[in-house]
Amino acid sequence: MTNTQLKPMILSISLLILLLGIWELSIPKQQMATELTEYEMLMGGAQPKAGVPPPSEIFSKAVAELSDPFYDAGPNDKGIGIQIGYSLYRVLSGYGLAALVAIPFGFLIGMSPLMYRALDPYIQVLRPISPLAWMPLALFIIQDSEQSAIFVIFICSIWPMLINTAFGVAGVRKDWINVAKTHELSVWKTAYFVILPAAAPTILTGMRISIGIAWLVIVAAEMLVGGTGIGYYVWNEWNNLDLTSVIFSILVIGVVGMLLDSVFGILQKRVTYQE
Amino acid sequence: MSKAFLSVEGLTQKFPSPETGELTVFENINFKVEKGEFITIIGHSGCGKSTILNVLAGLDEATSGAVIMEGKEVSGPSLDRGVVFQNYSLLPWLSTLSNVTFAVESRHPDWSKEQVKDHAMKYLELVGLSGGVEQRKPSQLSGGMRQRVSIARAFATQPKLLLLDEPFGALDALTRGTIQDELLKIWAGTNQTVFMITHDVDEAIYLSDRILLMSNGPYATVAESVEIEIPRPRSRASIVEDPLYYEIRNHLVHFLTSRSKEIDGKAQSAIDKAHPNVVRLSEKKSERAAAQTDIEKKNLKAS
Repeated sequence: MTNTQLKPMILSISLLILLLGIWELSIPKQQMATELTEYEMLMGGAQPKAGVPPPSEIFSKAVAELSDPFYDAGPNDKGIGIQIGYSLYRVLSGYGLAALVAIPFGFLIGMSPLMYRALDPYIQVLRPISPLAWMPLALFIIQDSEQSAIFVIFICSIWPMLINTAFGVAGVRKDWINVAKTHELSVWKTAYFVILPAAAPTILTGMRISIGIAWLVIVAAEMLVGGTGIGYYVWNEWNNLDLTSVIFSILVIGVVGMLLDSVFGILQKRVTYQE
Repeated sequence: MSKAFLSVEGLTQKFPSPETGELTVFENINFKVEKGEFITIIGHSGCGKSTILNVLAGLDEATSGAVIMEGKEVSGPSLDRGVVFQNYSLLPWLSTLSNVTFAVESRHPDWSKEQVKDHAMKYLELVGLSGGVEQRKPSQLSGGMRQRVSIARAFATQPKLLLLDEPFGALDALTRGTIQDELLKIWAGTNQTVFMITHDVDEAIYLSDRILLMSNGPYATVAESVEIEIPRPRSRASIVEDPLYYEIRNHLVHFLTSRSKEIDGKAQSAIDKAHPNVVRLSEKKSERAAAQTDIEKKNLKAS
């Protein structure tokens, strides 16, 4: 490993240790109650006061959860792997549907200034709407909480992909279009052979932004629709006042989001070309 | 009457302009090109050379006038008219080889993959790009190499007319010289008809059969067609020793520095718009020589 990689790594790890250390030490040890009040005796012993758990507790929670991520002990007690799986399923289906709509429409808008001007007002009005605002309407029309969550993901991930695709397609260098023209490429061939690879980096940027937003939104959506998923899991553990699980699942959300993003980062690198 | 391979008739280009309402870039452009000819066109920036080339390519449409190739009017781009752009216009995500094979494929959709590849490689070898270079991306090539790829791509589709838009403009003088030689070599081998834009007087003389001189815009027009009567094959070293070389060069430079300004705007009615004046400097020279001997004779008599 080279020096440039090693140094930031050491710094990064020491920062982590430092912060975790401060966190661990700043939480007062739960004092053993010397004398139980009458109420406490009625409740069957001293309940330690609920507080933010120290990192060590979260770590042991993580080890316990991750050693058996797929257990299923009824509707309110599923392994973290199952919850993540549900969330990923919703994100990917909503996102996939959005890509199927956004990329062809983005091409259309990008290639035709007429369509761009005609559709732009709709995009500008629909885009700033918080995806969760669609939830009641979706629940009413679709009448299925599962599909409503997918719809919310669909609607939130469509805009960055649509706008970036249109932008990328419209910005393809005129010379390359001329090359396609002088070689008598058909419209479809031009789109596939010249415009798609030329706009691919911009399209992938849109897709990367979208997957990030979709992952942000799914947590909130699942808190609303309930039942399964990592968002529901967080809320459920909050209701159980199990802050260790809450913090653990927050970390899991972060890690999964990072992995999703890095997948698109790799894809993006693959389609990027140097002029 | 027009049996010429390519005939440009009364080409005029006007653009809307905020000040005058309409800007006439060039007007009533007429010229003919014979099969196998190497024609260059010279003129100052803004006279609409590139627009003419784009109209010939079918990428632009002129306001009025027509381009007729082999008896048919040109409308829209076609594989029959290959273009080499100044900025090479290679597709950066494709390898050098693929940049040529895609062109060959579009020309010969019925060919097998091997056939396409062999054909592409043949032309890449002609411009001196082989032995692994063909697998590189354009970004890994020098400017000169990129322009070679672009030339190979254009020749590989075997167009009836090859259009070169200042192909050497962005190259350094040494590279330019080598690629000019390569271009001449391929041209001689294929008998391709070439129409080229350039700013470089020496380049034009070295390469062309005929040079079209454009006056300055607005209202630019093709004022003269100068025939280069220097025998081929030409070589860079010996061409300057040809008695006509400096005659032609001076004529061109004189045109570009002073006369191109005079023949614009209203003054253009003075020249015959229907046909550019054909200039043969060998005739001029002999005329002048004759005049010179007359004077000498007179002088002799006087003394």
